[in-house]
Amino acid sequence: MKDSPYDVAIIGAGMSGLAAGIRLAHFGKKVCIFERHNAPGGLNSFYSIAGRKFDVGLHAMTNYVPPGVKGTPLVKLLRQLRIDRDEFALCPQKRSRVAFRDCDLKFTNDFTVLDAEVTTKFPAQADGWRSLVQLVKTYDDVALDAKPVSAREVVGRHLTDPLLTDMIFCPVMYYGSAQERDMEFGQFVIMFKALFLEGFARPLDGVRVIIRVLLEKYRQAGGERRMKCGVKKIIEREGRAAALQLDDGSEITANHVISSIGYPETMRACEPAHTMEADANLGALSFCETISVFKQAPATWGWGDDTIIFFNDSERFDYSRATELVDPRSGVICFPNNFDYAGTGELPEGLFRVTCLANHDRWSALAEPDYRAAKGNWLGEMQRSARRFLPAVDDAVLSANLATTDMFTPRTVRKFTGHLNGAIYGAPRKVKDGRTHLSNLYLCGTDQGFLGIIGAMLSGISMANYHILQKSAG
Amino acid sequence: MTKDECRKLVIDIISDIAPDEDLSAVKPDVRLRDQLQLDSMDFLDIVMELRKRHGIEVPEADYMQLASLDSCADYLTPKFQAKA
Repeated sequence: MKDSPYDVAIIGAGMSGLAAGIRLAHFGKKVCIFERHNAPGGLNSFYSIAGRKFDVGLHAMTNYVPPGVKGTPLVKLLRQLRIDRDEFALCPQKRSRVAFRDCDLKFTNDFTVLDAEVTTKFPAQADGWRSLVQLVKTYDDVALDAKPVSAREVVGRHLTDPLLTDMIFCPVMYYGSAQERDMEFGQFVIMFKALFLEGFARPLDGVRVIIRVLLEKYRQAGGERRMKCGVKKIIEREGRAAALQLDDGSEITANHVISSIGYPETMRACEPAHTMEADANLGALSFCETISVFKQAPATWGWGDDTIIFFNDSERFDYSRATELVDPRSGVICFPNNFDYAGTGELPEGLFRVTCLANHDRWSALAEPDYRAAKGNWLGEMQRSARRFLPAVDDAVLSANLATTDMFTPRTVRKFTGHLNGAIYGAPRKVKDGRTHLSNLYLCGTDQGFLGIIGAMLSGISMANYHILQKSAG
Repeated sequence: MTKDECRKLVIDIISDIAPDEDLSAVKPDVRLRDQLQLDSMDFLDIVMELRKRHGIEVPEADYMQLASLDSCADYLTPKFQAKA
């Protein structure tokens, strides 16, 4: 059975697929998004357990700028998708920190705070820091034809103090690097701007607000969406993606196919499969995240100042695949309560999230009872590690307040996102122009390489513009 | 379609694309880029909205004709009239 052909088929209803879909449907293309799961959002989604809603992925939306600031990714995104910024209802962070064993760097959505912290605590590095910031500000990070350069190498020309270098790399890597130990300098620039020069915010109700807005825009534009209907095979004929075979066995055709499921995942879905290409660009980095729900806000016991904390206690910050199940030496703490919700309300419960690097293969090798036991064990270990960087609180206070806990592992990530190895940030080598070996198959999202949730949406927009809309506009 | 009406149609499009811009004092003879924060993505959208709303095609070679409101009016008004 063959459905009528689409102008564009999009694989995956995450942030990038939805954004691409909105653009294409808005300009009259017949579009359908195919999503294997029943929930949209992809890597940035949410789930409910016993009536409680949990966010996955989103700690904070990066790239936040206040109203009136123009020319940044957030503003581009709002314009391109015809979204009014009030619809996202973004509330800015209070304050965040990079916390290493003997040094703390505070930062806020006002860059002068971090700037002063660095120049005060590392006076000998002040000149290098300024020249690095200047380079970041002027670097063309979205050029689709840029040659890859090592960020460690470029940053090393400006910063010579290993502690400061690691403290800058820690948040930048944790929030977007698919590469171990180093990253591409263009990616570093995107993240540096997104975290430090712009900033953090979130809607009171979390990522589902963003997803709801995107779904509504897509529906209004006339886009079609098929949930619980994944694409099993991309069937190749004469150098083109000639048809898509869906999970239910049926086939559809489209003039263009945009895949947001990742580079190796897309290569493997091709028929014939491009397994060698896929395996040569597989991500290795995955994470565990624990979440504790408290009856009261963390501010009640003195955890009310920090929004996000990037912590590390090893001699050199080591951003690489965990050798044990989890590497608790470094990680990220997120307090969703500690955004400035001024006037819009407060979260009903206290939330404490901790993220650490984890090893996908080890988690996947565990038999079910061992898996559950390991989760229980690491939940405690990760929180103990994180609490070293927070004001001291008696265990009894926390346990008396605890309502529930949950945890995801690399196995959860793979199961719900389809990312091989549970690689949240995808393949180490990005495909900036989105092209593949098939002339009408393009990538968007994580493996195209614009990072963060705003980046993901801009990736969908850029690829829809570049490969489809610009061609039919000329 | 007069040139004034044409300028207004272009302003309507820009106000939907860039609602955060103040369009109340746009000078018709000055390049839009010099008085508003519009990038190449925004200009592509003006072209595409012209096609979507009014069926007007602007080939890539003519994009520079959309530089200011006046040049838009000079270039687009005959196209609108040809359609009417």
